[in-house]
Amino acid sequence: MTRARAGTFDHGIHPADHKVHTEALVIERMPLGQRFSLLLGQHIGAPAKAVVRVGDEVRRGQRIADAGGFVSTSLHSPITGRVVSISDQRHPTGALQRSIVIEADPYDGQRLHTEAPVDPATLDEKAFVSHVQRGGLVGLGGAAFPSHVKYAVPDGKVAHTLALNGCECEPFLTSDHRTMVERPDAIVRGVDIIGARLGVKQADIGVELNKLDAIEALEAAVARRGAGAFPIHVRPLVVKYPQGAEKMLIKAMYDKEVPAGALPIDLGVVVNNVSTMASVADWFDRGEPLVDRIVTVSGPAVGRPSNLMVPIGTPIRDVLAYCDVVIDDHTQVVMGGPMMGMPVTTLDAPVLKGTSGLLVFREDDLRTDPAGPCIRCGRCLDACAVSLNPSMFGRLARAGLVDPMEDWHVMDCMECGACTYACPSHIPLIQLIRASKSQIRAKRAKNPGGKS
Amino acid sequence: MSIAPLALHPAPFIQTTKTTPGIMRDVLLALTPPLLMSLYSFGPAALLIVGASTAGAVLTERIFSPQGRSSLLDNSGLLTGLLLGLTLPPGMPLWMAFVGGVVGMGLGKLIWGGLGQNLFNPALVGRAFLQAAFPTAITTWPARGDGWFSMPASVFAPPMLRLNVDAVTAATPLGLQKFENISTDLGQLALGATGGSLGETSALVIAICGLWLYSRRAFDWHIPVSMLTTVVLFSGALYLANPAVHPTPWFMLSSGGLMFGAVYMATDPVTSPTTSRGTLLFGVGVGLLVVLIRRFGGLPEGVMYAILLMNACTPLIERVSQPRPFGRGVNP
Repeated sequence: MTRARAGTFDHGIHPADHKVHTEALVIERMPLGQRFSLLLGQHIGAPAKAVVRVGDEVRRGQRIADAGGFVSTSLHSPITGRVVSISDQRHPTGALQRSIVIEADPYDGQRLHTEAPVDPATLDEKAFVSHVQRGGLVGLGGAAFPSHVKYAVPDGKVAHTLALNGCECEPFLTSDHRTMVERPDAIVRGVDIIGARLGVKQADIGVELNKLDAIEALEAAVARRGAGAFPIHVRPLVVKYPQGAEKMLIKAMYDKEVPAGALPIDLGVVVNNVSTMASVADWFDRGEPLVDRIVTVSGPAVGRPSNLMVPIGTPIRDVLAYCDVVIDDHTQVVMGGPMMGMPVTTLDAPVLKGTSGLLVFREDDLRTDPAGPCIRCGRCLDACAVSLNPSMFGRLARAGLVDPMEDWHVMDCMECGACTYACPSHIPLIQLIRASKSQIRAKRAKNPGGKS
Repeated sequence: MSIAPLALHPAPFIQTTKTTPGIMRDVLLALTPPLLMSLYSFGPAALLIVGASTAGAVLTERIFSPQGRSSLLDNSGLLTGLLLGLTLPPGMPLWMAFVGGVVGMGLGKLIWGGLGQNLFNPALVGRAFLQAAFPTAITTWPARGDGWFSMPASVFAPPMLRLNVDAVTAATPLGLQKFENISTDLGQLALGATGGSLGETSALVIAICGLWLYSRRAFDWHIPVSMLTTVVLFSGALYLANPAVHPTPWFMLSSGGLMFGAVYMATDPVTSPTTSRGTLLFGVGVGLLVVLIRRFGGLPEGVMYAILLMNACTPLIERVSQPRPFGRGVNP
C-alpha cells in the first residue's frame, strides 16, 4: 500500500507533545462515583431542558433533559439513582449553571439502560438528525458542538467529503489516540453511518504521524470493512499545532482554504472528530447514548497519568484523586489541552461532554514571568495559522486601539494561542486579542448597523 | 461546598523556551569569536575600544532607560555597545568610542521608548554619529605596530583636543580597491589578515557564527540570505559587464563590513520587518544599496548607510508585505 506524502497547513508551531506519558496506556474505566452533576448548558448552543423532577428515580442511560432548540442536544443520566436537586452548580470556569444533580443508588447493578438499535438506512434526513440529537451526541474533540447540526446539510449545499479529525494536536492529550487504537472498527462503522447519510463520495481520516499505531489500526479496520458505498482513506499528517482546527485540517488534507466567514460545508466538506464516530456507532448499533467519555489525565503533577473512561458529571475532584493528584494552592488544573484548555476554578465542577483531558501543573511548571517589550521578531506571524499579525494586535490592544484591530481581521482569529506560545517576550497576546474581540462584539451588539 | 484554592493562570499553559534575553545571549555568544579575532589581529587596543563603547551604551541605558534596571537583564544594552565597538577602526580614541556608545543608546534607542520601539539600529546610529562628528578618526586605519602589545597612540587621545593622527596608516581592502584599484587576496579577506574595523575583518569567522545563530533560531534567515544573494548577483553583473573596473562578487562578499552587517546588524529584529516577505525585501534593499554606495558613491564602504536607509523603509515595507489572512480573497 502506497502512502501519500504527509500533508499539513502553513505556519503553526511544534510544541513538545508530552504524549509519551499516556499514549500507550489502555483506556481504563473509572469506578462509578456517588454524586453527579449534569450541567444543562455543557454543549454549544441553547441549554437542554430538564425532563425529570427532583425526587425522580433515574436509570443509567435514561434521557433526563431534552434539547432546548435545534442547536442544542439532550442529556442522559450517567448513573442509576435519584435526582436530588435541579439547581445552580459550578461550571469548571466558576460560572453557575442550571444542573441536574443525581445521587447513585448503591444497591443497583448500574447496567447501562440502552434503547433499541436503529438501522440508519431506514431514516430520512430529518429523522436521522433528530435521532442523533436524542442520543446527546456532541463533537468530542473539546468544543462539544452538537453533532446532529452538521448532519442537517443546508439547502443548496452538498456534502461530498467526510473529513475525520484524528489529529489530536494538543500536547498531552491521548483520548482520541487511544480510541483510534482500541476501537478502530467502531470509528469506521460511525464513518459508514454518517457518510451514507450525507451521501459523500469519500471519507478521509487525518491522523498525525506521532500516532503510527493509530494509523495502522485504522488502516486495518478500513481493510476489514472492504468496499463500502464510498472509499475511506487514512491520511497521515505532519505533526503540527493547530492542525485539529477544522479549517487547518481541510487545508492539510485537501489543500483548500475555507473562506473567512464560510463553513466547511461551503466546500462540500463535513468535519467530525474520530471519537464522535465511535459514539455514533454505539448509539445506532447498540442504543447507547453518550454517558461516558474518555478523559486523558496527565501533566507534571499527576501521580498516575491515565486514559480514563469517566461518566459525564463526575466531579473533577474524584477524577484527580483517582489518579493520585495532590492539590494545593500552587496547583493549576486545566480542562482540555495545554494550548486552548481552560483553567479549572473549582474541583467540585464536573467532567463535561467536552472534557478531553484534565491536566495538572505545578505553578513552577508554568511560565509566569512578566511580559517584556515586543522586539518585533515576527515569530508570532510565523506561528499564526490564519496568517494574521498578532504582533500588531498586541501593540494596538496595549495602546487601547480596538477599532483598527477589526481592519486587521482580528475577528478571524480562532484563539489557538500559537502566537502566545511563540512569543519570546511572554506577551499575553491571546488574552489581549480575546479582550479586544469581546469589546468589538459588545460594540456590534449595541450598534448592529455598524461595521460588519 | 468550597472553592478550592487553585492557581489560576490563563492558556496557553506551555510556552517556547526561546526568550528575548536568551536570544540576546545567543547573539552575544556569537559575537565572541569576532571579538577574539579582533584581539588577535589588533592587540589589546581592540578590547579597550570595544570596552569603551560598551561602557557608554550600558551606562546610558542604566541611567536613562524608561524600563529602569530591568532592561539590563535582557542584555540588549550590552549588545548595542559591543556591536558598535566592533565596527570601529583599531585606532579609534577611547573617548570617542564611549561617546558613540552614549549616542547610540541615547538617540538610537532610549529616546524612542527603549527596547522594541526604535526605528534605527542603535549601534549604527552611534557609528553614523561618529562618522559625522569625527570623520578623520573613523576613517583612519593605523598600520599594525611592531608587536602584539603595541597600541596606536591615537587610542589614548584626550577628549576634544586636536587629534594626533598616527603617521603610519594602512588602507582597507575596500579603500585600496576603490581609490587605487588594487585587489586583495581572497584568502586574506576570509581569514581577516587585512586592515579594517575591529570585528569585521574575517568574513569566514562571521559567516560561521551566522550559521550557528541560525541553528539556534536566533534570527530570521531571510535577511542575510536575501542581502548576500543580492550583493553577489548585482556585483556579479557589474563584474561581468566590466571586469577591469569592478571587483569580483567574491571580493564584495568578503570585504568590509558586509558579512558583519548581514549577520549582526541587518538581522536586528526591532529595526527590520516582521513579515517573511518584508524581510526578503529588506535584505534585497540593503544588498542593492551596499553595491550602489560601494561602486558609485563617494565612500568605499556603504553597509552602515544601506542598513540605516532600509531601517527607515521598514514601516513602509511592513505596510506592503502583510500576509493575506487565511480564507481572505478566496472563493469557495
